[in-house]
Amino acid sequence: MSSDVPDLHLASVAQLSAQLQSGKVSSVELTRALLARIEQHQRELNAFITVSAESALAEAARADERRRAGAAGPLTGIPIAHKDIFCTRGEKTTCGSHMLAGFVSPYDATVVERLRAAGTVTLGKTNMDEFAMGSSNETSYFGPVRNPWNPTRVPGGSSGGSAAAVAARLVPAATATDTGGSIRQPAALCGVTGIKPTYGRVSRYGMIAFASSLDQGGLITRSAQDAALLLSEMAGFDERDSTSVELPVPDYAASLEQPLKGLKIGVLREFFDGLDEAIEPLIRAALALLHAQGAVVKEVSLPHLPLSVPVYYVVAPAECSSNLARFDGVRYGHRCEAPRDLADLYQRSRAQGFGAEVKRRIMVGTYVLSAGYYDAYYLKAQQVRALISRDFEQAFHEVDVLVGPTTPTVAFELGAKTHDPVTMYLNDIYTIGANLAGLPAISVPCGFVGGLPVGLQIIGPHFCEARLLNVAHRYQRESDWHQRAPRGFV
Amino acid sequence: MTIERSDVENIARLARLALTAEEIPQYVGELARILGMVEHLGHADTAGVTPMAHPLPGQRQRLRTDAVTEADQHELYQRNAPQVRAGLYLVPRVVE
Repeated sequence: MSSDVPDLHLASVAQLSAQLQSGKVSSVELTRALLARIEQHQRELNAFITVSAESALAEAARADERRRAGAAGPLTGIPIAHKDIFCTRGEKTTCGSHMLAGFVSPYDATVVERLRAAGTVTLGKTNMDEFAMGSSNETSYFGPVRNPWNPTRVPGGSSGGSAAAVAARLVPAATATDTGGSIRQPAALCGVTGIKPTYGRVSRYGMIAFASSLDQGGLITRSAQDAALLLSEMAGFDERDSTSVELPVPDYAASLEQPLKGLKIGVLREFFDGLDEAIEPLIRAALALLHAQGAVVKEVSLPHLPLSVPVYYVVAPAECSSNLARFDGVRYGHRCEAPRDLADLYQRSRAQGFGAEVKRRIMVGTYVLSAGYYDAYYLKAQQVRALISRDFEQAFHEVDVLVGPTTPTVAFELGAKTHDPVTMYLNDIYTIGANLAGLPAISVPCGFVGGLPVGLQIIGPHFCEARLLNVAHRYQRESDWHQRAPRGFV
Repeated sequence: MTIERSDVENIARLARLALTAEEIPQYVGELARILGMVEHLGHADTAGVTPMAHPLPGQRQRLRTDAVTEADQHELYQRNAPQVRAGLYLVPRVVE
């Protein structure tokens, strides 16, 4: 590492981009420095499932060459990590599961392809809850990830590896996915920034499916500004994803500085029910900070929002049971030894390949879709989902964005909620609503309780990512919570 | 919500999951608890509400033209298959 560029691991994507451009540091030097950090902290955090040192250095060398040829863009040579749910060609893509422990993807996910085309360097694949089903990263076949702020605490999930890696300053940014809060919740619990874009904004092609009407790819970064830089490259129409939306992608970085004067903020009454009382004053303080910049704050209510968790635990398992039917022990994935017949091959391969939480959700999903129960559960849930969506729509007639906490508590102890699935599910009570209604939402750090980070969530109408990033950035200009690094990782 | 042992066995069969004898009572308890939480949905008045089929209002499933767009890469894809012979996926005998 060049001596005049200290603390490369603490630099933002924007700062690294400037340093690469000025020639103060090369992508190879930067990549080498971050690979060393990942290796140094892997045993302690378990944030990665795969580290691709060799291919990363080759990519970095190509990025440096591209820069010498005068063909570099703002992200050329920036090292990042991908959640192990995104397919990466020629590399292991496990989705945190024994089922895919030996799977080598024959193609790149669109997200990976676009970020590669922009010149980013892939350092590796981050750990996650198995098939993205979990809120603590404890369901990973490859072991739990630990929270860099306190190794006895969970990092959140399912994108726990991405959040921990960004918080521990191992990578400046990582991709992630959010089905019920899997970007925002770990971002909140690890003290980093996480954005879940509007449903359809980011391609799902090559992103291993969990619940297709809820899944959305996004980012975990250390600031809204960095998220804006990466999202501009990552988002956009993809004909290979039939739910991808054909709308132009704005330059998200261009509107970051827009003043907040006159911004109408709705504070969700329902988001203060069940909230840890030490968190509430931090949310109020963040609102005061936005108010001081000219935003108008008013209370709003979404009466059906408390039903988000029950709706989610019908819709998500139903879609999961259908999506995961593809794992049959025939075409790819785990296969049991010496199957007696085809039924035995399916049943034992699946029983051995999937972990407890995945099987639980497949069972629930199969039940709610089965004959005689479909109307009472699935149809009812989709009706209540429509009511929740309508509540949001009405709120956005009155206000521009909704603000509240991301999670009801700070990071909990490893093992604290594994005994009871419902207790674990309730942890996502504030994040699920945005998925059900397909809305974009962002979580930014807004303080600490007992030395553990707290997240502020901002939710907006469909396709208002630019506004969310703008509000988050203006908040981060006036606060420094997002710049705090956990002890031992500075 | 009452879930019986036979319900769990039936769901496991539909889901093609082999359960051990010890797992069945565990699923009876967990499924009852999860479905008990889900029953709160009954409190919502949904008379006349159209079930939501897509998270974006007015969006329809886009269809592509019916044309071959992929090149034949079966050898590459079959590298991930547990058992392949002569380009075919092998499974236990189905027809006796």
